[in-house]
Amino acid sequence: MEITLQEVVFGIIALMMAVCSVLAVTSGKILRAATALLFVLFGTSVLYFMLGYTYLGAVQLSVYAGGIVVLYVFSILLTRSDKNMNERIPRGRWFAAAVTVLVGFVLTLFLLFTNGFALNSIPALQELDPETVGKALIGMGKYQFVLPFEVVSVLLLACMIGAIMIARKR
Amino acid sequence: MNQSFLDYYSLTPFTEWIHRTLCGVMPENWAVFVEGVALGVVILLAYAVLAVVLIYMERRVCGAFQCRIGPNRVGGRGGLLQVPADVLKILTKEIIRLKRADHLLYELAPYLVILASIISFSCLPWNKGAEVLDMQIGIFFVLASSSIGVLGILLAGWSSNNKYTIIGAVRSGAMIISYELSLGITVLTVVILSGTMSISGIVESQAGGWNIFKGHILTLVAFVIYLISGNAEANRGPFDLAEAEQELTAGYHTEYSGMHFGFFYLAEYLNLFITSGIASTLFLGGWMPFHVSGLDGFNAVMDYIPGIVWFLGKTFFVIFLLMWIRWTFPRLRIDQVLTLEWKYLMQLSLLIMLLMVVLKVFGLVF
Repeated sequence: MEITLQEVVFGIIALMMAVCSVLAVTSGKILRAATALLFVLFGTSVLYFMLGYTYLGAVQLSVYAGGIVVLYVFSILLTRSDKNMNERIPRGRWFAAAVTVLVGFVLTLFLLFTNGFALNSIPALQELDPETVGKALIGMGKYQFVLPFEVVSVLLLACMIGAIMIARKR
Repeated sequence: MNQSFLDYYSLTPFTEWIHRTLCGVMPENWAVFVEGVALGVVILLAYAVLAVVLIYMERRVCGAFQCRIGPNRVGGRGGLLQVPADVLKILTKEIIRLKRADHLLYELAPYLVILASIISFSCLPWNKGAEVLDMQIGIFFVLASSSIGVLGILLAGWSSNNKYTIIGAVRSGAMIISYELSLGITVLTVVILSGTMSISGIVESQAGGWNIFKGHILTLVAFVIYLISGNAEANRGPFDLAEAEQELTAGYHTEYSGMHFGFFYLAEYLNLFITSGIASTLFLGGWMPFHVSGLDGFNAVMDYIPGIVWFLGKTFFVIFLLMWIRWTFPRLRIDQVLTLEWKYLMQLSLLIMLLMVVLKVFGLVF
């Protein structure tokens, strides 16, 4: 079987994401966990770039890596959080966690094997035009999303008004 | 309009020839891999050389503004070998390991800063056919990747386990996050004007005239706002309060030594170069020659100057402007910095964006 360059890169990125995901939940220091999360988000954005969906890749970088993780780190810096978080976990919770992991794993495998993937529907390494993305976001036809877009805008407006209400001078 | 003049110095045939030759001796996968590695080496070399040039320029310009000579002993006339000697010295310095610091994050932080800077550096349009990372969302990618750098600064400040560094990091984080807003909005203004986000597209849309002339007075104001917020993004004076020497010894990189400090220093100068390079791409036409419509002979002469000369010339002009600002104005306080952004610059840039949309919709731009 011929292994293409793209598959090699995908393997490396997937391995990095898997290792960093585990580190993000097992690390005892909260800032190290946030950094591991950052690398998982980098990996996700690289996967989008490999699919040719550069717009979503850049959004992933700027919103998650450059925005949300920065906010996490900022709030960690502003609170006292240098104590170790590796606590002993009771046996009942171990059991519940193991069952949840097993169910999740089986469900994912089931979905993977029963879902009919549309193979080769997008050409490899070809970039998706941002104009298509923009038109899909604000169009009203089939596979176009003006209603969710507007709902999210209203939600964001509500959040901003809420932030101003909390932060205003009394 | 006849645009064949743009192809004199195009590098596309040359790069295609390299690709064909490599494909002749090895499979295409390997050819792409080899090209990628070679390009990475070229980018890193250009990065290092430009840093040396910029540090020398900074010291000379600083000397001129402070009515003194600047480096003039090492290496004959003009002290040309001063910076290479400094580079050799910093390479031999010991890298200190701190007690009671988070070593993993402490050693990761400089690499995050320099990673962000190198990724945005490789998006610059050097010449026709010499854009390294040229995507359809190019300019958005530059903004996204440069926003990683602030994480490196925050982690550096926290993991050094020092009060000065953490105050410097939080100041710098608050400032960079704030100024990203007006920076993004002014970039959006230019995207509206040229109708594309791709960097090569933005440059090519300025063949008939640079954006700073095309958008009436609006792009001029947007240019000034971009320079102010770009200066803040690069953590340079008058916005260098993250490393205000009198208050914080050296801010977030107080505890770093040797090449780890060198990475922060390199990234600062290259962020200056990237800010100016993007400014010259967005507003001054990138590698596009200067044209006056009607003066055909003049235009033809301008076309014979290669694109890379135009690009470097414009970029170093903008760098000189930024250095002039740095050595002229005193440092701002943190509340003044945040007031300037949130009460003046952001509103102004939003207003400019709105006016630009109106102009574009009614077809009033050139």
